[in-house]
Amino acid sequence: MESNISDKTKWGLAAVSIPIMIWTIIPILWIVATSLKSDAALADPSKNMFGNFWPKSPSLDNYRLILTGGASELFNPALLNSIIICLVATFIAVLLATFCAYAISRLDFPGKRLILTTALAVSFFPVIAMVTPLFNLWRQIGLFDTKIGLIIPYLSLTVPLSIWTLSAFFQQIPWEMEQAAQVDGATSWQAFRKVIAPLAAPGVFTTAIIAFFTAWNDFVFAVNLTSSNNARTVPAALAFFTGASQFTQPTGAICAAAVIVTIPVVILVLLFQRRIVAGLTSGAVKG
Amino acid sequence: MSSIELKNIVKKYGDGFPAVNDVSLDIADGEFMILVGPSGCGKSTLLRMVVGLEDITSGDLLINGKRVNDLAPRDRNLSMVFQNYALYPHLTVFENIAFPLRLAKGKHSDDEIRSKVNDAANMLELKDHLERKPANLSGGQRQRVAMGRAIVRDAEAFLFDEPLSNLDAKLRGQMRTEIARMQRRLGVTTIYVTHDQTEAMTLGDRVAVLKKGVLQQVASPRELYEQPVNLFVAGFIGSPPMNFLPARVDGSTLKLPFCEVPVGGPLAEKLRGLDIVIVGLRPEYIKDASVADVPNGVHFSAVVDQTEWLGNEQYAYIPYEADHAVQSKLDELDRDLDGEGMRTQMIVNLDSRSRILEGDEAQFAFDPAMMHVFNPETGENLTRDDEKAAQIARDSEQQRKAALERARAREAQGADRSAGDRSAADGSAADGEARAS
Repeated sequence: MESNISDKTKWGLAAVSIPIMIWTIIPILWIVATSLKSDAALADPSKNMFGNFWPKSPSLDNYRLILTGGASELFNPALLNSIIICLVATFIAVLLATFCAYAISRLDFPGKRLILTTALAVSFFPVIAMVTPLFNLWRQIGLFDTKIGLIIPYLSLTVPLSIWTLSAFFQQIPWEMEQAAQVDGATSWQAFRKVIAPLAAPGVFTTAIIAFFTAWNDFVFAVNLTSSNNARTVPAALAFFTGASQFTQPTGAICAAAVIVTIPVVILVLLFQRRIVAGLTSGAVKG
Repeated sequence: MSSIELKNIVKKYGDGFPAVNDVSLDIADGEFMILVGPSGCGKSTLLRMVVGLEDITSGDLLINGKRVNDLAPRDRNLSMVFQNYALYPHLTVFENIAFPLRLAKGKHSDDEIRSKVNDAANMLELKDHLERKPANLSGGQRQRVAMGRAIVRDAEAFLFDEPLSNLDAKLRGQMRTEIARMQRRLGVTTIYVTHDQTEAMTLGDRVAVLKKGVLQQVASPRELYEQPVNLFVAGFIGSPPMNFLPARVDGSTLKLPFCEVPVGGPLAEKLRGLDIVIVGLRPEYIKDASVADVPNGVHFSAVVDQTEWLGNEQYAYIPYEADHAVQSKLDELDRDLDGEGMRTQMIVNLDSRSRILEGDEAQFAFDPAMMHVFNPETGENLTRDDEKAAQIARDSEQQRKAALERARAREAQGADRSAGDRSAADGSAADGEARAS
C-alpha cells in the first residue's frame, strides 16, 4: 500500500496535511492555554506571550477551582454522572447492536433492509427536533432529570450507529467458520459464543468506543433533560459555571473542565487508534 | 463407521431450478466415494445436504438406515473438511483440533482430550505446531489441522469439500496420498468432492460423475475410464481428454476424418438407422505405426501440427475438419466440460521414443476394439460392454474389501502392540491407529 506513493506525492500530501493539522490542533491548544491562565491574565494581554496565546506564568488555579474549589459541587457530580450514564448507555447499545447486527448479517428474514434503513434514518434525525417532545414526555412520566432519562435517548443515538459498524464487521467473518462449528457439534448459540464473538471482538471494541464518544460529547439532551446534579453530565454542567463575580466570565474554569473531559477521549483514541481506523474502514476495504 | 444412502435427492433453490436433481447413491460402510463434475454440477450442494448445511427439497438421506433429513448438522455426527479449511483463527492448533471434543460436554475428560488430540497430531505430523495459531501455519499445515479436527472424534463419516484446491501442485500430490492412507487406516466412510480428476481417479473406490445436478454414472475409476456410459463421462474422465471424431455410417464401415473403420457384430446392429456417430478414441490408444506394432490395427496417415515432448511421453496434435452435423453437439459437450471452445484437433499420446516432428506426415495406427462409438443425439455409448463393466465393478469391490481388511488387521496388530507397551493405557482405538504407524 505504502510502496507505490512517489516522493512527489508524499511531499504534496504533507504540504496539504500540515495546514489541516494546525487548523485542527490550534483550538485545542488554545483551550489548554486558556485553562492555565489566571483571571488577571485572561483580561490582560500583556501577561501572556506569543500574542495573548500562552500565559507567562501558567497556574493550575482553574483546575483547583473545579476539582476542589467553588465549582467542584457542580463539576464532580457531573463527571460521575457522565461516566455512569455513558458507560451504561454504551454497554446496552453494544449488547443490543451485537445481536441485531449478527442477525442482519447472518439470517435472511423479511424486513432486513427496513431495519437497516430505519437505523440509518434515525441516526440522521436532528437531535434538537427530538428534545422538546422528549422533555414533555419525560416530565409526564417522571423520567425528567434522571439517569435513565438520559440513557434512553443516548441509546437512540448509539444503537443505530453500532448496528451499522457491527454488521460490517460480522459480514467480514466467513460464514464457513460458523458452519464448521455447527458440523463440529455446536448449537447456534455455542457457535456464536465460541467462534463468532471472539472473532468480532475488535469490532465490538471499536463500536463501543465510538458509541461512548457519541454519548460523552452530547450536549443538547444533557442540557434539556436535566435540571440538577441528579443526572447532569459534564457538557451541560459547563454551561452552569459561574465566575468569581457576576461580571467575570468563568472562561478559565470552563476550559479546565473541557480539558479534563477531553483527556480520557484523547487517551482512548491514541491507544486504540489502529483499531478504530480498521473499524471505520472495514466493510469498505476488503482486508 | 456407517453407510450413507441417498434416495432421489432433489435440491431446488428459490427460482425453482434444480441444483441437484434426483440423485440416488448408496455408499457402503468404509467406502471412499468421490463426487466429481465440472463447476456448477451440484456436487458441493449435494455434500452440504449430506452434512446438513443445506435443506433437502425432496428425497431421503439415510445414515445407517436412519432418516436424518431433519436433523441439525450437530446431530448427524459427520465431520467435514472445508475448502478454505475454516480454522478458528483465535484458537491454537491444539484447541482447533480439540474443539469438537470440548463441545461434547462431559463426554471427555481433559486427559482424554489431550491424548486424542495428541494422537491426531502425531498422525498428521502436527506435533511441533500445537501451540501455534493458524495464521502462522503454511497452507499444507492448515490443511492438516482441518483434517485433524475432522478425525479427532469418532464421526460416522468424513466429508471433504475440495480440500486440496487451495494447495500448490506438489503439496496437493503429497496430501492426496496422505488422505488415501488415512482413510484406509481409519476405515471410515468418506465422501470427497473434487473437480480434479486425478484426485477422483486415485482416491476413490467409486466415483460419481455429476452433470448439471444429474448423476451420470457411479462406478470404479477403471470402469469410468474403460466403459463410460455416455459422451459426457467419456469426455470428463481422462487427461488429455478423449478425442471425439465425427464419423459417417456407411453400411458396415465408419468413415472417420482420417480413415475408414469396418464394424461388425452387435455394434453394426446398433448403428443401423444412424447417419452420423461420434467416435471416441483415447489419445494413448493411437500409436505411431513406425515404433509400435498394432495387430489388426487401422492404419492412417496424417500431418502433425504440433508436438509436446514431456520426457516420459509426447503429445501430438492433429487438426481436422469437423463435420457440421456433429459440430454443434461437440461444442455443447465442450461447454458442459468447462472448455473454452474446442479446436477440432486430435490429440495423440505418442511414445517418447517417437521421432515425429512438427509438420511431418506420419503413419498412425489404432485398435478398433479400443474405440468408443456414441450416439450423437443421446450421447449414449453404443460400445459399452455391460458384462465387462460388471466384471470390473466386482474386481474393484473385492480390492476395496481386501484393502480395508488389510488395514483393519494392521490396526488390530498395532493396537495389540500398544496395549502391550503400556498395560495401564486406556487402549482407545485412536491410540492404536497412531501407534500402528
